Amino acid sequence: MSDASAHALEHHEPVTSTGIPNKKVLMWAFLGSDCMFFGTLISTHLIYRKISATVGGNFLDIRDVFDIELTSFSTFILLASSLFMALGVSAIHKGNLKSMRWMLFGTIIFGAIFLACQVYEFTHFIHAPGNELTLSTYRGEPHVFGSTFYVLTGTHGTHVAIGVFWLIGWLAYSFTGKMSVAHALDIEICGLYWHFVDIVWIIIFPVIYLMEYAL
Amino acid sequence: MATESIKYLAPDSENKAKTQVFPRPGQHTTGLVDWLTTIDHKKIGLMYGMTALFFLIVGGLEALLIRSQLWDHNMDVLTNRQYNQMFTMHGTTMVFLVIMPLSAAFFNFIMPLQIGARDVAFPRMNALSLWCFVGGGLILNLSWFFTGGSPAIGWFGYAPLTDTRFAEVIGDMGPDFWIFSLQILGVASLLASFNFITTIINMRAPGMTMMRLPVFTWMTLIVSFLIILAFPAITIALVELMFDRTYGTNFYDFLEGGKPHLWQHLFWIFGHPEVYILILPAMGIVSEVIPVFSRKPLFGYGLVIFSGAIIGFMGFAVWSHHMFTTGMGVVATSAFAMLTMLIAIPTGVKIFNWIGTMWGGRIRFDTPMLFALGFITMFMIGGFTGIMHSSVPIDAQHQDSYFVVAHFHYVLIGGALFGLFCGFYFWLPKMTGRMLNEKLGKFVFTLMFLGFNLTFFPMHYLGMIGQPRRTHTYNEGHGFETWNQIATIGAFILGVGIVIGIYQFVTAFFNKKLKPAGKNPWDARTLEWALSSPVKEYNFARTPIIKARDQAWENNYGPRENHAEKEPLDDHGVHMPDRSWWPLVTALGLFGLAMGMLFHRTIDPSGELVRDYTVPILAGSVAIIGMIMWALEGPGGYHLFPKENDE
Repeated sequence: MSDASAHALEHHEPVTSTGIPNKKVLMWAFLGSDCMFFGTLISTHLIYRKISATVGGNFLDIRDVFDIELTSFSTFILLASSLFMALGVSAIHKGNLKSMRWMLFGTIIFGAIFLACQVYEFTHFIHAPGNELTLSTYRGEPHVFGSTFYVLTGTHGTHVAIGVFWLIGWLAYSFTGKMSVAHALDIEICGLYWHFVDIVWIIIFPVIYLMEYAL
Repeated sequence: MATESIKYLAPDSENKAKTQVFPRPGQHTTGLVDWLTTIDHKKIGLMYGMTALFFLIVGGLEALLIRSQLWDHNMDVLTNRQYNQMFTMHGTTMVFLVIMPLSAAFFNFIMPLQIGARDVAFPRMNALSLWCFVGGGLILNLSWFFTGGSPAIGWFGYAPLTDTRFAEVIGDMGPDFWIFSLQILGVASLLASFNFITTIINMRAPGMTMMRLPVFTWMTLIVSFLIILAFPAITIALVELMFDRTYGTNFYDFLEGGKPHLWQHLFWIFGHPEVYILILPAMGIVSEVIPVFSRKPLFGYGLVIFSGAIIGFMGFAVWSHHMFTTGMGVVATSAFAMLTMLIAIPTGVKIFNWIGTMWGGRIRFDTPMLFALGFITMFMIGGFTGIMHSSVPIDAQHQDSYFVVAHFHYVLIGGALFGLFCGFYFWLPKMTGRMLNEKLGKFVFTLMFLGFNLTFFPMHYLGMIGQPRRTHTYNEGHGFETWNQIATIGAFILGVGIVIGIYQFVTAFFNKKLKPAGKNPWDARTLEWALSSPVKEYNFARTPIIKARDQAWENNYGPRENHAEKEPLDDHGVHMPDRSWWPLVTALGLFGLAMGMLFHRTIDPSGELVRDYTVPILAGSVAIIGMIMWALEGPGGYHLFPKENDE
């Protein structure tokens, strides 16, 4: 960074009352709000889970539909992506642009693998022979499980997709030559979002998937 | 950030970023372009206020139609469906397009001045909030012109009224318009709240500790937290409803396993905090006005704030008192009844604090004070009937009767609207630089106070003798006529009062005959009154260093060590961020996305449902491009050079 820009930073970077940058406070407030979004969706799913266990006189065993090996794999991938993200944030803090690019690239790829698994999972469930789970039916009978399941996991998937596009944006920006250690804050905020989306999945996976095998 | 920061130092001519599609409006922009691209919190606040006052007239006309229909038994002013549409639109308009944005207008205009900030933390995001609000209001009112007309489902949109199979009109689009407008309005409220939270936490002037913040700023902070925690519930409930109506899911479809009851829970988990979102700003305004006109500091400052926080916190734990008659069971009902009774305590504490402030003060009865006193008395009546409803057996009797209508209008007009009008009469001199006509103000107050009580007091009695709400007419022989006629006459008086009030507010900006206000016409207490009226573009020429609570008062009357100091003039001048087109473009994209989703379905000649996502995708792309260009253009900026003694 040149002296001029260092001077600019020193002079114009707003001094905040708490010492925490504005953008970071904004992201924390958003994540607090986002908790309530997912809280509402997860509650909806759990409320309906027991009430509507039977379809057309048959007990619905969602284990016939779920592919727990695949979901466990994609869960592992998503959790692993958080490591890349954390290393990426650390790299830009140290001014290591090259390392940051690789780490963001890794995060993007792992996020994309997770999304691909979800797309595969959704199409697989909708067409599962004899066990078709659509938005409104199970085995051709009206049912709520598909509604709550697809809307909840779909909302999470949308969050991951937004994260992936956001990271692609920064990866592209890093090749314009304008990126410096001063952008560490922006990448860190990206990271906050990414880790949050990960943590939400840590709740969704046991509550939506694993619980069906335990209870 | 570094690149953006470098731009600050560049002179204006070199400041045009290369990533621009159309030129960014510069420092000297005026006229329409200025208003469309402004990111100044004061102008945004004014636009919020003026748009909300317009919707106040729209929602008021809907109310007057309702009152005309109820003038006598078996009237035909409105059909039953039109009546349902009127009360749906009236409720939705007044909650989301009038009271909330009027509060937002004061948050925007006043809060940064009270904490010594030059703007909110994210000025362009603030503009996006405004344009989303305008777009959402537009979508709601466009519903009149399409299949089925406006929604006829109540502002609460209870399932299964929203179920497509039970629509009175085939292909009724009213509920869809309602869903999408509320989603866009939700975006506006959420963005604004993130912005206000960041601003209050992070942009306070040196020395402005949290316990020196003016009470109105504190209420802004609490309301913002309520919004970001309560709106997600309605957003998700609306997403689920949108899926039900558009893609056939079964969330609220009781024929296919869904539970309409769930909608009520999700709606009121949002809906009850929403009640406090509507009333706490008015409480903040009144907490500013009463000390000024009693010439005493606010009695129990800490307690007033703490009560506000407790009300906000407990507001999340009482939602089911809207559902006592749905059969939730004894335990749930008792728990919610008890918590509802408890929430009366912090509310009562506030009222006693306001009375304690006036006690022994030298009270002046100027118009803002009259509205503040009107607020306390009317809000208390609404509060008392509210405590009555916390008792489950009494609630079972009052449910769906006019008694409830009386209750919440006492809280929302006698409370919130009186508080907001109080804010206008108090702060307009600061906004326009001119004093309002006191006589006309007192006349408006008299009309509103009389009209309001004539309209809503009889409704207590009407409810007790059995008139049901949301019913478009009544038969002869119940004895409802007389009191309904009194209520209708009252409503027209109230309407005239409000219209004269709005006329007074709007003309205050243009009427040169009004006498100039000067810096501090009321001898008021908080920081915004230390600035010139109207406030300069840059708010504070020199950042103040705060030494005490009620800083403007301390500057005039306090000991020398409590006088505010000022940071030295910066030889780089005051940095002002540039105007921007992108918030407007992004909001237009979101507006188009909502409209596109509303009309993406058509039935082809063979009766097949055809989905065409071209418009939503195009409009969504506009929104995304808007956001990317927004990020790339950066804050930009120019510098102003106020003189040493400018304020």
